[in-house]
Amino acid sequence: MSSANSAHSVVEPSFTSKRIAGAIVILYALITLVPLVWIFLTSIKSPPDSISYPPKIVFTPSLEGYCNLLTTRTRQTPEYIASLPEPTGTCDEVTRKRNMVIAGPSNFLPRFINSLVIAFGSTFLAVLLGTMAAYGFSRFRVPLADDLLFFILSTRMMPPIAVAIPIYLMYRELGLSDTALGMILLYTAVNVSLAVWLLKGFIDEIPREYEEAAMIDGYTRLQAFRKVVLPQATTGIAATAIFCLIFAWNEYAFAALLTSGSAQTAPPFIPTIIGEGGQDWPAVAAGTTIFLIPILVFTILLRKQLLRGITFGAVRK
Amino acid sequence: MNISNSIVEKAADATAKMTPNSVVRRVRGLSDRAIAWLFIAPAIVLLLAINIFPLIWAIYLSFTNYRANRPNAAVEGVGLRNYERVLTDPDVWQAMQTTAHFVFWTIVLQTVIGFTLAYLIDRKFRGHAFWTTIILIPMMLSPAVVGNFWRFLYEPQIGLFAYAVSWLSGIPTSDIRMLGDVSLAPWAIIIVDTWMWTPYVMLICLAGLRSIPDYIYEAAEVDRASAWRQFWSITVPMALPFIMLAILFRGIENFKMFDMVTLLTGGGPGSVTEVASITLKRAAFESWATGRASAFAIVLFVAVFGLANIYVKALNKVKQR
Repeated sequence: MSSANSAHSVVEPSFTSKRIAGAIVILYALITLVPLVWIFLTSIKSPPDSISYPPKIVFTPSLEGYCNLLTTRTRQTPEYIASLPEPTGTCDEVTRKRNMVIAGPSNFLPRFINSLVIAFGSTFLAVLLGTMAAYGFSRFRVPLADDLLFFILSTRMMPPIAVAIPIYLMYRELGLSDTALGMILLYTAVNVSLAVWLLKGFIDEIPREYEEAAMIDGYTRLQAFRKVVLPQATTGIAATAIFCLIFAWNEYAFAALLTSGSAQTAPPFIPTIIGEGGQDWPAVAAGTTIFLIPILVFTILLRKQLLRGITFGAVRK
Repeated sequence: MNISNSIVEKAADATAKMTPNSVVRRVRGLSDRAIAWLFIAPAIVLLLAINIFPLIWAIYLSFTNYRANRPNAAVEGVGLRNYERVLTDPDVWQAMQTTAHFVFWTIVLQTVIGFTLAYLIDRKFRGHAFWTTIILIPMMLSPAVVGNFWRFLYEPQIGLFAYAVSWLSGIPTSDIRMLGDVSLAPWAIIIVDTWMWTPYVMLICLAGLRSIPDYIYEAAEVDRASAWRQFWSITVPMALPFIMLAILFRGIENFKMFDMVTLLTGGGPGSVTEVASITLKRAAFESWATGRASAFAIVLFVAVFGLANIYVKALNKVKQR
């Protein structure tokens, strides 16, 4: 018999071949992690440590990056700083070491909150509209259903910049420029196409007999939808929600072109964090770390739904 | 099914008629047809408002000399002149070539690495689920935020990337100017894109590998086909539709590539990394040539749409085999 190396063979992959496969995959995973670990390490370095050569792996941790991210500062003379009363907190203390005083909060927090509001708002709407439309397409004979579905998908083929031109003009007319509502509507529209496709797949899998049985028991169509179909589709809805959330959380092109101030989200804001004399990398890294953490947590907590969503989408389309 | 439906429907209609004043009853008694439209309409209306109406507007603008920074100037139709300018503009062709170059190399790298990883993970070594999750992390992140940070990693004097390459190869770090060097800058972007999106290709390939039924391998085993033979005549062809699907998705996405390039190089040095989306952004939001930019947008859309359609036809043929 030939040596069975294939994963699906009748014979289990040999111990050595598993070991080699594992070693390569783990090596790749560790290399993949390096940039992320570096982002985190940079966020807890002092500015001089962050740009030293060779790159410092051992260093004294500092909260300067986070302080600089969350505040704006002005430079003062050492005499002036000495004349001030005791520092009021860690950030005050850290900042004074560089002859600076805190002038006020920075824009990061409002931008971060914008990201939260817009991402969660649009995800909720996209999943709501997507679930309804998916149910509609899955259970009823809709005229031109295939064409409609293809049209819904094709809206994703446009480069965002191309869509941004007319949206920019339209939003200017409607007063939606630089508003959270405008961004929520826009992201909902972008996500709804994905939501309909993913959810239609999930709902198609739920046997129609369940609803029919419920309706024979006296439920109306809507009751059957709410009490029978929705609970069955929870996993699919969760997977879809995560995808919508990841998109809305990470989106840059629309946000950069359509928002400038009050509704700006974190992705266009983080690259604009500039310190004295060049980019303040610890502050940028701190902003990046805070911004990435929610998604990291999501990925790890919800990996099963994610895997299912991605592979499912692949199988469907 | 239809019979039971119509019975329920009639019963519901009857109930609705009995208490015509109750709104609740009326909603409950909605016919399936009404429910179908009620459910589908909101999504369609939103898509019409935010996607189709702007698209039609863009088509209209592409035939005019409108400039968004002069909203009050008279708008004149210019026929096909915008399209003519776009299609004869050497910068546009240059950008298309740059884009094609990126799409090609990112697809090659991501497919090869992604498939290899999927193949290895499919052996289910101990801890494979955990390591798969770790590998997935980059694709969940924001390309812009990540691109911005990779700019730091690429810095020749202080960046980790230059340091690591220099340590491995002995080339001085000052020569590893990934973002400033005309020949290296495109690769800087390809590397980050590959880092981010290989997991995505890997996942789809994994789905493909897991969809291959065991009995095919069992049969091959009975026929004493070598492992190599099994790989090329079972694994690859059976997983091919999935690999092609991954290529389609990555192709469309990378054709639209914007955020990562903007943050890493902004199109430079010179214009060696200026992809189509960046040219388009310059025309629309820096030159404010809204009409010409709209024409370019339509050309791009038609190009992606056309290529994707041809590709899907090929994909369907592979699937039917």
